[in-house]
Amino acid sequence: MQRTTGAIFASPMLAMMLLFFLAPLGVLAVASVTGPEGGLTLDNYRVFLADGFAVGVLVDTILLGLKTVAAVTLLGVPLALLYWHSGPRMRTLILVATLLPMLTSNVVRTFAWIVIIGRNGPISQTFVELGLSDRPFSLMFSETGLVMALTQIELPLLVLPLIAVLSAADRRLVEAAEVLGADRWRSLVTVLLPMMTPAILAGWVLVFASATTSYVTQSVIGGARLIYMPQFVYREVGVLFQWPMAAAISFLLLVSTGIVMLGVTILARHRRLAAYA
Amino acid sequence: MPDAHAPAAPSTDLRERVSALSYWAVVIGLGGFTLVYMIVPIGIAVLMSFTDGLTLRFPPEGYSLRQYRALLDPVRSGPIHTAAINSIGIAAWTALGAVLVAAPAAFGMARLGRRSATALEPVLLSPLVLPSLVYSLAALLVISNLGMGPAYGFVVAGHIVVFAPLMYRTSLAVAQQIDPAQEEASTTLGAGRLRTFLRVTMPALIPGVLAGGFLVFMQSMDNVSVTLFLADPETTVLPLRMFAMIEDSLDPRVAAISGLLVAATVLVLLVVQRLVPFVRRR
Repeated sequence: MQRTTGAIFASPMLAMMLLFFLAPLGVLAVASVTGPEGGLTLDNYRVFLADGFAVGVLVDTILLGLKTVAAVTLLGVPLALLYWHSGPRMRTLILVATLLPMLTSNVVRTFAWIVIIGRNGPISQTFVELGLSDRPFSLMFSETGLVMALTQIELPLLVLPLIAVLSAADRRLVEAAEVLGADRWRSLVTVLLPMMTPAILAGWVLVFASATTSYVTQSVIGGARLIYMPQFVYREVGVLFQWPMAAAISFLLLVSTGIVMLGVTILARHRRLAAYA
Repeated sequence: MPDAHAPAAPSTDLRERVSALSYWAVVIGLGGFTLVYMIVPIGIAVLMSFTDGLTLRFPPEGYSLRQYRALLDPVRSGPIHTAAINSIGIAAWTALGAVLVAAPAAFGMARLGRRSATALEPVLLSPLVLPSLVYSLAALLVISNLGMGPAYGFVVAGHIVVFAPLMYRTSLAVAQQIDPAQEEASTTLGAGRLRTFLRVTMPALIPGVLAGGFLVFMQSMDNVSVTLFLADPETTVLPLRMFAMIEDSLDPRVAAISGLLVAATVLVLLVVQRLVPFVRRR
């Protein structure tokens, strides 16, 4: 009875996802292996992989995603620990400071970064004031600038799951470790990090998927010289009308995201990590 | 931990102090830096919106409401207004569609057996992790194979598909906490199933639906990747309009739009935060 009702209520959304989300992706996959006269062919992939520029774009995109993930982790985990050690007021402040950027438009945040890393922006001015640079400089159109912006844009995607885990975590576990003589670092590694691991892995997937496909930020901050997969796909379809090629490229983008996700999922199923999940 | 109870030699004492100090340096130093790093760009965007100048020098040389006046001027900023109205309309339809499909699904999945729920859930959540730009391209391919072209309706449909999982997740968190005993009590006491649903189940779902509706609305307002391929030339949306303004001339009116968007976000966040805590304490 219960279950039949459950199935009835869940079926419209299941049908929607199968028909209107997964099926089109299947059509795209088929289109990517279809030749100009129909028939099965791997030509599109062959052309793509033989094109040094195109492969470079794919590699750059994956590297951009990995660099952003690394930077987000380096900054996000200490913030989550700060949250863990804070009282209720500071916790609310951290929560709001995470939610506000997450809910603020991507374009707005990208715009803010144009101001920050531009020639007349605060970073350049500070470096000149401190004598670290003899003239104003701009980080626009550089990968450094892009990773800096993407890190700020994607940080909430890692911090929010971490905060959710830590606000539900049992304080006594850490206290037990400390009573048994563990110092801060040791209780971090043996108690806190294992608790946080599933959330960190989930955050990595979200950050990677979002950083590799952030069309606006990549186009604006990266400029015309730094090309990543989303702009590449857009050019193939919007400008060149190369459907099969665009299908192949976007499928490779999907597959590379999929490989990262699969890697993370396998990592999460690893016995020692899964024990804490 | 063999040496936990050993008498502390001076060297271990020093090591302990260094360890504690380095830990707090990382947590307070790096954590505090991250806090500033996340929030300051938003402040800078807001501050820039009051600039008196025509360049994006920071800090601005003078302050005025000039960018806001330019933005509100219907003659000069008409296309921006159209884009904003389009975006709000699309976001509202998307939120409504997401409620209609995802809230019942969350209610239903909470009642399914554990095994079938775990098996089906990835299908419902797949748009969260697969790149939506690829989906948008796939949808356009299907639409053109069917002999149609980009249109307003397809933008809304695409947004519903991509953002319904957000609504599903917030509703599920609430739906799982509904005690079936309450519903049974209601039916035992003579209420019909519809009445039970309306009076017992629905009110319990509302906080999740509200939080989800808010998230879906904001994400839809901000979306570029789905809209990029599915919108026809008449359906201009705010983020793409702003993108064009930035790319063309770094138009400072973008700062004023940013200021308004941040103000709206803060306002709605305050209201929704009152109604539903985003991170709930278990």
